[in-house]
Parts: sequence; structure tokens; C-alpha cells
Amino acid sequence: MAHAKLNQSLPVAYSRIYSLGAARGDLTVTNDDVAGPIDSSDEWIRQRTGIITRRRASASVSLMDMAVEASNEAIKKAGIDPKEIGAVIFSTITHPHQTPSAAALLADLVGANPAPAYDISAACAGYCYGIAQADALVRAGVAKYVLVVGGEKLSDFIDPTDRTISFLLGDGAGAAIVGPSGEPGISPTVWGSDGSHWDAVGMSASLLELRDGSAQWPTLRQEGQTVFRWAVWEMAKVAQQALEVAGVKAEDLSALVTHQANIRIIDELAKQLKLPESVVVARDIVTTGNTSAASIPLAMHALLESGEVKSGGLALEIGFGAGLAFGAQVVVLP
Amino acid sequence: MALSQAEVLSGLAELVNEETGISTGDVQLDKSFSDDLDIDSISMMTIVVNAEDKFGVKIPDEEVKNLITVGDAVNFIVSANA
Repeated sequence: MAHAKLNQSLPVAYSRIYSLGAARGDLTVTNDDVAGPIDSSDEWIRQRTGIITRRRASASVSLMDMAVEASNEAIKKAGIDPKEIGAVIFSTITHPHQTPSAAALLADLVGANPAPAYDISAACAGYCYGIAQADALVRAGVAKYVLVVGGEKLSDFIDPTDRTISFLLGDGAGAAIVGPSGEPGISPTVWGSDGSHWDAVGMSASLLELRDGSAQWPTLRQEGQTVFRWAVWEMAKVAQQALEVAGVKAEDLSALVTHQANIRIIDELAKQLKLPESVVVARDIVTTGNTSAASIPLAMHALLESGEVKSGGLALEIGFGAGLAFGAQVVVLP
Repeated sequence: MALSQAEVLSGLAELVNEETGISTGDVQLDKSFSDDLDIDSISMMTIVVNAEDKFGVKIPDEEVKNLITVGDAVNFIVSANA
């Protein structure tokens, strides 16, 4: 028996990032502030990481506070009604509840209720994963506008005596509105994971170990050398693939916006890509620190605000981190 | 063709010089990368990856921590290349 013909969403040709919003932790934390417990110094931290100060949030400022601030800026700049948002995607590893999602509360707080809302756990690749999904949802006709947020309050999950990663970390949130476009605005994403290095970056213990008394409060840790090798030489290949699938060359870029992991990774990655001097390399890490999923939108927002890059230019954005997980795409700057 | 210890030492010294500016003459077999040459873990990994390219060997992450002295690295590369 013939069944009734279904309706399916009608696709739209292209999508783009309409706007960005940013919120950084309210405190400026110097290297001297964090050097003591790791028996280090301002010079040692600058030399190894490029960080001069990092932004962290006061105890009274939550991850959600920063996400709302960044989202409201992005919504306002996009000139859309939040009721038109068809999905809210929140990339974070520091939402302090296993469930419900941070995204559902965020959607309500920014006026996007009852938009579908969900979190992504892809750590420092999370923002690029979010942009990939937003692009797909918009072009599939599933959502008209998508709010993508990368946000972290990493200072809740650090050990001041840890010399592997804690002293790098900062707090903040970056938001983007993705919507339909008359011209291509987001390239195909090159993304993936490598769970064979699942232990290379992550938490020092599980919540079950904490409950059973066999571990202290879980905090972030990394195997620095393993991560460095992967982040530079493997991610250089991913960045190159992203340029290829986008159909552009390095000299076509206005900016390289990598996850702000460590200035040595950023500089070595830029060197491997043989970028011409005309390409601005984002180094927001110097004053913001490593904010995981928030770092790419924060760094891109800073470049646009300072006038170092102009709206309409092309930027290669690449996120990489715990999982290991990675994602890269070329986007038209909003 | 297998490389001699002297050839590997000379090539490795060039890589150390390129990454850190340390004079090739200071890169000697008994020198510790960390304690004597003051090479940090990130520079060490850059040297390791460049050494893989230069000598056509694989130096796994778990092996890098065992390369305390220049001699350790030279011997590993010579053996891996043999």
C-alpha cells in the first residue's frame, strides 16, 4: 500500500557566521600569581607558553554568566530576534552538572526557549565542532539560526601545583550566530578524533573515584610532549586539508585562528604552514590564557575588535585537544 | 647505509643549534639535554621530530623521556637506523 508522501526540510545553499560575542573572566591573573605553587617564575612561564596574563572569573561569576554575556552580544550584533534561533549548541567541559545540559539553560536565558539545545564535549576542538554542526543544521533547513557557544570556567578544575597545564588556563566564553547566506561562508570541516591518545589530555580522576575516596577533586592534566607533537605536526596536516577542501590557498587567508593552547604550538604550527606575512596569526593567549573551547571565538573577536582583520576576509580556524579531537574550517569573518 | 655515531652526533648538533642557538661544539655525547644544555620539553620534541625526518627513524613519545643525554639520542638513532 502506498504511504503518504512525507515532507522533508528543504536545504539552503550556503551558511555563514553572522556575528561573534565575547566574555572573559573578570580577573587578570599574572604569572607571578601562579608561579609560586609550581616553583616557577614569570620568565619561565613566558618562555614556555607566551602567556603574560590570563583571565579568570571570580567565584561569583559562573560559566553561564559568561556564556549569556557573549551570546547576548552575538545576538545583538546579528540583528536577529532570539526567538528565531533554531538550535543552541554549547561546547564546554566545565559545566558543573552531568545533566541537564548547559545549553538548555542558556537557550532560556537568552530568550531562545524552546529552541533545541545540547552540549558538545570535544574540549578544545568544541567550537569548531559546533560551527560544523551549525553549518549542517542551517544548510539542511533544520534551523534558520544557530547559536554556537564555546565556554569554560577552567579555574574550577585546576590544581595550582600542577606543572603540566593548570598555569596555562583561563576562563571565558565566545559565541557565534550562524545562519543562511547568499554566498559560501563556511567551508567543509575537516574533523575527527584519535582515541588511541585518550589519556594524553584530560581529568586526573573520574567522579566515581572521587565518590569512592580514591581520588581528590579531578583536575586537568596533560602529557605535554605528546600533545605538542600531535598539535603541531598532525594539525599542520589537518590545516592543510582544510585549505584544500575549502579551495583556497594560504595566501588567500586574512587570519589563522588556532586554538590558543600555547604560543609555541601556535608559532610552530604557523611555521609548518609556511604562511605569508600578510596572514595575521591570532595570539590572544598572551593576555587571555588557554580557554579551551572558548579560545577560538575569543581570539577571532579580538582580531576583529582591534581592526587587525576586516569583516569579509577569510580565516582558517582549527581546534584541537582532549579526545584527542580536532576540527578545522575556513570561514568568512563576520 | 647505516650512519656512524659521529655522523649522527654532527647532524643532531645542527638540529639542536637550529632550534635553540646552542653552538654545535657544545652538543657532546655526555651532555644532558635538560640539565647541561637547558633545552625545555617543547624544544626537545621539536628536535626529536626534526631528527626523525633527518635520519629516517621513528622516535616514539614514550622513548623521548629516556633520551636524557645527547649520547642516549645518538645511540637510539644509530640503532634505529641500523
